[in-house]
Amino acid sequence: MWGCVRGSDLKGAALAALFAALGAATSAWAEEPARVVSMNLCTDQLALALADPGQIVSLSHFATDPSMSVRWKQAEDYPVNYGRAEEISILHPDLVLADTWSSPDTIRMLRTLGIRVEQLPPGTSLPELRGRIETMGKLLGHPDRAAKMLADFDARLAAIEKPAPGLRAAIIGPSGYGYGPRTLEGQILEMAGFTNVVSGPGLDWGGRLPLEDLVMDRPDLVVVGGSMKGQGTSRAQEVLAHPVLRDLPVVRGLRDASWTCGAPAMLTAVEELAELGRKIEKEKLTQ
Amino acid sequence: MSYRAILILLGLACAALFLASLLIGPSGISPLQGLSALISGEGAAGLVMRELRLPRAILGIGVGAALGLSGAAMQGFLRNPLAEPGLIGTSAGAALGAVIAIQTGLYAAFALALPFAALAGAGVAVALILILAGREGRALVLILAGIAVSALAAAATALVLNLAPSPYAAAEIVFWMMGSLADRSMTHVALALPFVILGAVILLRAGAGLDALSLGEDAAASMGISLKKLKLQIVFGTALMVGAATAVAGAIGFVGLVVPHLLRKSVGSRPSRLLPASALGGAAMLTLADIATRVIAPERDLKLGVLTALVGAPFFLSMIRKMGREG
Repeated sequence: MWGCVRGSDLKGAALAALFAALGAATSAWAEEPARVVSMNLCTDQLALALADPGQIVSLSHFATDPSMSVRWKQAEDYPVNYGRAEEISILHPDLVLADTWSSPDTIRMLRTLGIRVEQLPPGTSLPELRGRIETMGKLLGHPDRAAKMLADFDARLAAIEKPAPGLRAAIIGPSGYGYGPRTLEGQILEMAGFTNVVSGPGLDWGGRLPLEDLVMDRPDLVVVGGSMKGQGTSRAQEVLAHPVLRDLPVVRGLRDASWTCGAPAMLTAVEELAELGRKIEKEKLTQ
Repeated sequence: MSYRAILILLGLACAALFLASLLIGPSGISPLQGLSALISGEGAAGLVMRELRLPRAILGIGVGAALGLSGAAMQGFLRNPLAEPGLIGTSAGAALGAVIAIQTGLYAAFALALPFAALAGAGVAVALILILAGREGRALVLILAGIAVSALAAAATALVLNLAPSPYAAAEIVFWMMGSLADRSMTHVALALPFVILGAVILLRAGAGLDALSLGEDAAASMGISLKKLKLQIVFGTALMVGAATAVAGAIGFVGLVVPHLLRKSVGSRPSRLLPASALGGAAMLTLADIATRVIAPERDLKLGVLTALVGAPFFLSMIRKMGREG
């Protein structure tokens, strides 16, 4: 018995050493990783924008969904993964891209197998967003492309005509959830020049916004999201059809794939919102 | 205290709690302002009172009455104080029906599909319990059958929600298992109330039959009570009430257990008397619980079933202990 156990232990150790050696070897040429796997929707988007087509081995299965992914067409050329350690490890990637909130167990397992995993923050503030693009450029070995993307991003953001400060808005999702300033939705709202109604102590990431408070507070704009076509129905989404919302300045159908990730595509959402803001401003003046 | 006095007292408690439910909410509308806005319907306060608080208060009374009354009726028919829609799987069956109606899109196409599916689910669950547990009223068999039906229905509900195309569906499992009255509208009142009232009429008319049954099956038969008809009344009545209540409020447990248990001492255990008292008591208890969810943590959407279980489960334990000692 002892011999048996020891034997498998030895084998395990040898395998681990082999993987470690492989890992060291690949990180030595990490200048431009040749086999990149992305396991989250938002790392998919940046990888598609910054990597060489041949660098990407696999993307997350959300990447081809038009309601969530801006680059869904481009993503159709790649095999999908479901973010599980086993399927990713047999692709022999030399770089795995994940979000900071990806399943810690999966990431630990991949690292145990000697695979290099890099985690990126979601980009819910402007510095974090810029850092995310920069890091992605470095990781993929294309810092020049990232620099160009950032320059374009800054120019496009600066060109957006925001409404005058003071317009108040709320973004509500299924179950009446209100998005706080530290969420991507809150960030888009801020970039478009609105004051977020959902803010204050304990509301950085938002929380359930009772419809009653929303009615009494009466913001200038209520962006209702989460009822995209073809996504089925649920009780949570039904809250967004409550009759009391009829009397509020509600917009629907605004939240599409450009709202899902901290990437330059979110500027499309910012532009749309800013334009809406200027329209509301004009209406307020004529009243 | 006389029976009539108890009913009047419970009725007054319901009225007071209904009013409190209307006047308590997260936004600081003062009571007077709230009442005048409710009558005039003007302004933002009018919207809040008429479209948000009024339906919530009505549903609190209706759902509570449904749970209390059907609990008392089931206990009378099974001659077992542990029978309760939440514990023996009736609510779970109704939730499964409601979830199927919503996730398949049937409800979006045809609003009445929601209560119909829920009461079908509740009906199947009650019928299963009656078949599995029989009328012998053996507590152990009843509870085991209840666990089996509840577990099956809850698992099927979770399965439907996990497989649903909507990305938000899976997060709803908590609502369907724990219940909530947050953000309900007049549409839900219109969908649920007619079924609750119809179910109440059927169950209240079963009172005399249940009285006779409490003397034993033979005695009831000799008094001209048809057990078959009584069984149908119980199945239909509870399916209507629990089905409609669960379709709009989710599965809420323990109300039907605690309320008849509390009232049995003062009202006596004659089902015909216990039924109306339990309806009023259930309405009061659920409205109170719903007010508590708003006072304790208004922004957290505390689930109603959590509160009723916190109160109800210790009752349940003490009843099991007592039965163990007697048995």
